Amino acid sequence: MSEQAGVVVPRPHVAHEPHHEELGFWRKYVFSVDHKVIGIQYAVTGLLFLLFGFSLMMLMRWQLAYPGTALPLIGNLFGEGRMPGGTMLPEFYNELGAMHGTIMVFLGVVPLAVGGFGNFVLPLQIGAPDMAFPRLNMASYWFFFLGGVTMLVSFFVPGGAAQSGWTSYAPLSVLAGTGQTMWLIGMIFLITSSLLGAVNFITTTIQLRATGLTFMRFPFFVWAQFVTAFLLLLAFPPLEAAGVMQLMDRVAGTSFFLPSGLVVSGQVLTNAGGGNPLLWQHLFWFLAHPEVYVLILPAMGIVAEIIANNTRKPLWGYRSMVYSLVFLGFMSFIVWAHHMFMTGMGTAMAAFFQTTTMIISIPSVVILTALIISLWGGSIRFNTPMLFALGFLPMFGIGGLTGLPLGLNVADIPLHDTYYVIAHFHYVVAPGTIFALFAGIYYWYPKATGRKMNETLGKIHFAGSLVCMNVVFMPMFLMGLAGVSRRLFDGGASYEFAQPVLHLNVISSWGAWIMALFQIPFIFNFFWSIRNGEKTDGNPWQATTIEWAAPSPPPHGNFLHAPQAYRGPYEYSVPGAARDFSPQYEA
Amino acid sequence: MTSDHAADIDRHVRVYITVFVALMVLTIVTVAVSRVHLPVPIAVTVALIVATIKGSLVACYFMHLISEKKVIYAVLVLTAVFFVALLALPALTVSDGYWIH
Amino acid sequence: MDIPYTVEVRRDTGLTNGKIGIWLFLASEVMLFGALFASYILIRTGASSWPRGDTILNVPLATFNTLVLISSSVTMVMAWASLMRHRIGTFRIYMGATILLGFVFLVVKYFEYSHKFHDGLFPSTNNFLAIYFTLTGLHMLHVAGGMAVNAYLLGPGARLWKTNPVWFTNRVENSGLFWHFVDLVWIFLFPTLYLL
Repeated sequence: MSEQAGVVVPRPHVAHEPHHEELGFWRKYVFSVDHKVIGIQYAVTGLLFLLFGFSLMMLMRWQLAYPGTALPLIGNLFGEGRMPGGTMLPEFYNELGAMHGTIMVFLGVVPLAVGGFGNFVLPLQIGAPDMAFPRLNMASYWFFFLGGVTMLVSFFVPGGAAQSGWTSYAPLSVLAGTGQTMWLIGMIFLITSSLLGAVNFITTTIQLRATGLTFMRFPFFVWAQFVTAFLLLLAFPPLEAAGVMQLMDRVAGTSFFLPSGLVVSGQVLTNAGGGNPLLWQHLFWFLAHPEVYVLILPAMGIVAEIIANNTRKPLWGYRSMVYSLVFLGFMSFIVWAHHMFMTGMGTAMAAFFQTTTMIISIPSVVILTALIISLWGGSIRFNTPMLFALGFLPMFGIGGLTGLPLGLNVADIPLHDTYYVIAHFHYVVAPGTIFALFAGIYYWYPKATGRKMNETLGKIHFAGSLVCMNVVFMPMFLMGLAGVSRRLFDGGASYEFAQPVLHLNVISSWGAWIMALFQIPFIFNFFWSIRNGEKTDGNPWQATTIEWAAPSPPPHGNFLHAPQAYRGPYEYSVPGAARDFSPQYEA
Repeated sequence: MTSDHAADIDRHVRVYITVFVALMVLTIVTVAVSRVHLPVPIAVTVALIVATIKGSLVACYFMHLISEKKVIYAVLVLTAVFFVALLALPALTVSDGYWIH
Repeated sequence: MDIPYTVEVRRDTGLTNGKIGIWLFLASEVMLFGALFASYILIRTGASSWPRGDTILNVPLATFNTLVLISSSVTMVMAWASLMRHRIGTFRIYMGATILLGFVFLVVKYFEYSHKFHDGLFPSTNNFLAIYFTLTGLHMLHVAGGMAVNAYLLGPGARLWKTNPVWFTNRVENSGLFWHFVDLVWIFLFPTLYLL
């Protein structure tokens, strides 16, 4: 493993191309165009936002467990406008709720899963020297950063941050305070970031893959990022248009989403009217449904890599998994109104969306089943990445299965907007996607740093998180089935029918606070291992995919010699081979 | 593209001029038709047909789509499907049976 | 470090990175304007009454603008064709004409908008005007953006012609694709808003 910078292709004579002189600190670590630096920037920023979004929720959980009581020690830090006497106001609860959702989805998970893992791993896995458009890549990160700053600053404007849910439904959102305008502006930055990133990922995957790396030899992770990029590319723009229209409604007095004759606080609004709140819902969910697949697909990609590697077997049903992935991506664009079953659509359209929603569950099941079957007969290594990947499987299973009644029009009637929904989607995203992201961090950390994270701390992180996730979210199914609505600032305490299940709020809250404690070993491990982790060579997991051909960490340009693909991505335990793995990149 | 010869370009240029004239004519046509005040559904249909023809000319000849590669066609077909879904489905859902009856 | 297929095409796809990149971007733009058209459909079909475009908007002026934009598309593709024929002087003339025609388009729109405001017609007045200003406003931003890129390619960007003429020609072609798209959107916007 050499230290010198690798040059992949001979450079043609281009007079003004920059030479390889040493870049200063700012160009090397802050305004870098290297996909690995950008990937780490996205990952670290994303992780910080995940922690922040988690903290917002932990605050909310106090109010839900002990509504109307003062939060000890830190309750007075939030001022009279939010927590007078340490007791949370409903407006503050709504602020926390809306921003928790927004931050986790758009500033935490997607930047980490796509911006972080996608940027860092994808070019390496296809044997490319970098992304197709390195400067565009850097711009994508900084748009994301700007969007994040805008969202954070919104907490400090009069009236506070957005308070109309992460879904920003009209007319409430149109009539809300300044924070909502900042949310819209922040979203426009974030959407721009994603669009530019998507263009980069798709072009890179098609054009810069190594010789011999055909599409059906791609690691499943590459396929997952590729399909995800299409979802981002084609589903985000309608939300951007909707954001512009909501801004127009708020700032220019238009009535895109405001119906005629709206009465607010006893006064009829004087706007022109004639708008349609459902228009916002359609445009929002047109993005937000594919968005949930943006949340899960990279996770499936990560889990697939780790399972193949730690069973020492090829993935079972690779071809079916790929076809399912592509079909899933396509279908994700035509299911969105299952979020709108209660908006008064006719039975024909309800049946249409119910049908497409049921159909889309099939490829999901195929992928999950293939991953589970892949374990059969494997020589399983229970290292930390594998533990999180294994944990993902049943957790995603629960999340996915509990989605089925929600996707059925009639069954959705009692469940819509209850805690059942919250439990369903958190199972998929929290012990689902986030576990996969943890797995990916433990797995690719050696590639990025040249050192492994500590296994013992990793196992503690895993065990504690797995138990706590279930303690937090399983009770919520029961609360939802009992009819407790979501977004209630007292967790249902003021409702007679909810009294028998209110104690579940306390259980969930303690689960969340204890889960926070179990993240400490992870945070410590993440930083401690940079200097003190066990040193590794280029391929500490004895893996087959091309990223492991590069040094750890890879130099600028990634590979010392342009790699080539000679076989499929998961040639483990090939009969007659000298080792239990035959790397894709070895002749 | 880099291997196009001068004769090819000349042929292309003739096509561009022809398309340009066609676009101008079709613009006049669409404005003229609108003066006739046809019933709204028919007016919409005619206007969309003319616009589609004009748009296709721009896409096929100015944007060279008529001789593009498969990758580009695949992306555009996919986009077209979702574009149609976006235009049709919300209207169908929200319309109170306007279309369905 | 060089990124392959920036200038020369990749053999199996037959494309450069930039060509794929710009078409992907245009696909996302189709969805962006598509959402606004979908909104137009929803709002119009849900409205109790909807004015004919020509009762509120200036059709002759917009027709003129349509012809202006179509002409600018021709000059744009001719600018690229000039580079293919290695005529840098002719390229400058056509590219300059494209930018100028774009400027004319914007000037006409400025007059249209200010006339509306002068008559007390704002986006907030009714939904027809709301969607009109939003659609044409967004379109105008795209015209301005395209002009900025074209101005760069006519000005400082043209230095690339001396060192890598193929790369420069590809850049002009890709910028042209964006410009034609902007024209294409207007081809649908014009009848929808002004004539129906």
